[in-house]
Amino acid sequence: MILSEAERQELERIAKKVRYLILRTVQHSGAGHIGGPLSAVELLVALYFKALRIDPKNPTWEDRDRFILSKGHAAVGLYAVMALRGFFPLEELLTFDKGGSRLQGHPDMTRLPGLDMSSGSLGQGLSPGVGYALGARRLGKDFHTFVLLGDGELQEGMVWEAVHTARRYELGNLTAILDYNGLQQYGWRGAGRGDRKDPWEGLPPARLFAAFDWRVIEIDGHDFDEILAALTLARKEARGPRPTAIVAYTLKGKGLSFTGGKHAWHSKVPSEEDVRRAIEELGLSPEEVPL
Amino acid sequence: MREVALREVFGETLVELGEAYPNLLVLDGDLANSTKADKFEAAFPDRFLEMGIAEQNMVGVAAGLAHLGFIPWLSSFTVFFTHRAADPLRMLVAQTKANVKIGAAYSGLLTGYTGKTHQDVEDLAIVRAMPEMVVLAPLDAVEARAMMHWATAHEGPVYLRLTRDPSPVVLPEDYRFEPGRVLELKPGRDLALVGTGVQSARLLEAARLLSAEGIEAGVYHAGAIKPLDEEELVNKLRPYPKVFTAEEHSIYGGLGGLVAEVLGAHDPKPVVRIGIPDVWGESAPNDWLLDHYGLSPRRVAERVLKEVKG
Repeated sequence: MILSEAERQELERIAKKVRYLILRTVQHSGAGHIGGPLSAVELLVALYFKALRIDPKNPTWEDRDRFILSKGHAAVGLYAVMALRGFFPLEELLTFDKGGSRLQGHPDMTRLPGLDMSSGSLGQGLSPGVGYALGARRLGKDFHTFVLLGDGELQEGMVWEAVHTARRYELGNLTAILDYNGLQQYGWRGAGRGDRKDPWEGLPPARLFAAFDWRVIEIDGHDFDEILAALTLARKEARGPRPTAIVAYTLKGKGLSFTGGKHAWHSKVPSEEDVRRAIEELGLSPEEVPL
Repeated sequence: MREVALREVFGETLVELGEAYPNLLVLDGDLANSTKADKFEAAFPDRFLEMGIAEQNMVGVAAGLAHLGFIPWLSSFTVFFTHRAADPLRMLVAQTKANVKIGAAYSGLLTGYTGKTHQDVEDLAIVRAMPEMVVLAPLDAVEARAMMHWATAHEGPVYLRLTRDPSPVVLPEDYRFEPGRVLELKPGRDLALVGTGVQSARLLEAARLLSAEGIEAGVYHAGAIKPLDEEELVNKLRPYPKVFTAEEHSIYGGLGGLVAEVLGAHDPKPVVRIGIPDVWGESAPNDWLLDHYGLSPRRVAERVLKEVKG
């Protein structure tokens, strides 16, 4: 998929609105995650506005592509993207984390149509993704299954059970996207903190997926051209035996001067002033900040 | 009395169900020759998925398949579902109401000389506390088969507690399973014995021993730990001044806990819980284990006599 300049600008504009919505939603609810959702914005926008075969008016369409947000703590980012894509009204974002809301702190498929799996406890999303891809093969359906993972959750052993099984069952119709922002809740890379060092030093995830004979594509996770080229390539070889791992290098808290690369923003609640500053930095007009 | 192992019933009934439900799949965790899910593989090789020794992933894959309309029946040992795979069982299956059927083989103490690592006597406490989960523990071969037919027709997650070794066939062939029912296996007068799973058959035998001592014990079987018709349980136990529960499970959180909770709320009376006290199991012959933990008919009868006569 080759983007025209106008298309690229449109996606970048949407990404800015999503960043604002993430901050505004968490500021309003008084709880939520910031850093993880911000690193995944371009990946989610590219999926929901270009790559995924979906119909927001018919979220349970049986031939839709399946998408699982394995890093469930980025839920607010997914909700912002789904709202902009028309799955539900923007105003509903203000119910995030409120009692009775369809927008739970972590994605709940029993409440919000359009979610293909519940998630939150890390490391579990790829396995139901294997189930969807395996089921699609058995049903002779050509929908594709995408699972968005964080690099932190790769420390869960269950991920590698799924990685192994996906290759063994030759699930070329399964694509894992790694939002490799390199920062976890407790800031593994902090200097002078005991044994803290990069958990993947000498063991880059790209090489780990390759060791299980997955097709690995490494990209800049904030570059729409690279993201969409990788997603297109993944779908193109869906009939083949090798699942695809798109290792997307990202920045936690990407897009705002005060959140970028700062693990303190993993789940910090922004103030009204932070939201005002975000609107200014993102260059959004008053009609682009509806909430 | 004729004896049949519930695992044999599991394998045979999977084949029956495979014929009736084209969307039924079996996922195995490298134990099908123990759980007897291998019978299904022999009949439907294309619908048998060997997921290897990776139970968390097996449970997660089943959730995905279930949300596409398949009916996955899972084959592994109890302990690997409720302990190793507790988190995916909770988040991916129970919390999403996935139509997954858990064939929990080798429950309780009699697991074939495997010892405490494999003796899962905490499973009922764990799965019963999970909302949306139906929890079944069949009395015998007839009820195991009936429960599997019911579970497959039921939309939603079901946990079926199965056992390894032959146990008496108690129920008539035309028995129909209804979730929640409390079965009266034998009427009584002086006290009630309440069991679940194959332990209920041992209680029948214990009641015969007690009869010889002049004590008439009623014997009741709760095949469904959840849902359970609490009103029926209370009504059936109402005539008895004292109730004994017995199960191949910890005395914490299983049938004994359940009966004590229900009676405590609606008809308080003494409940003696026979089961595994707060200790781990060990590997030993079946008869030794049942005697050691007070679950053999003779030991149950002795315990009742001690409690009643002092």
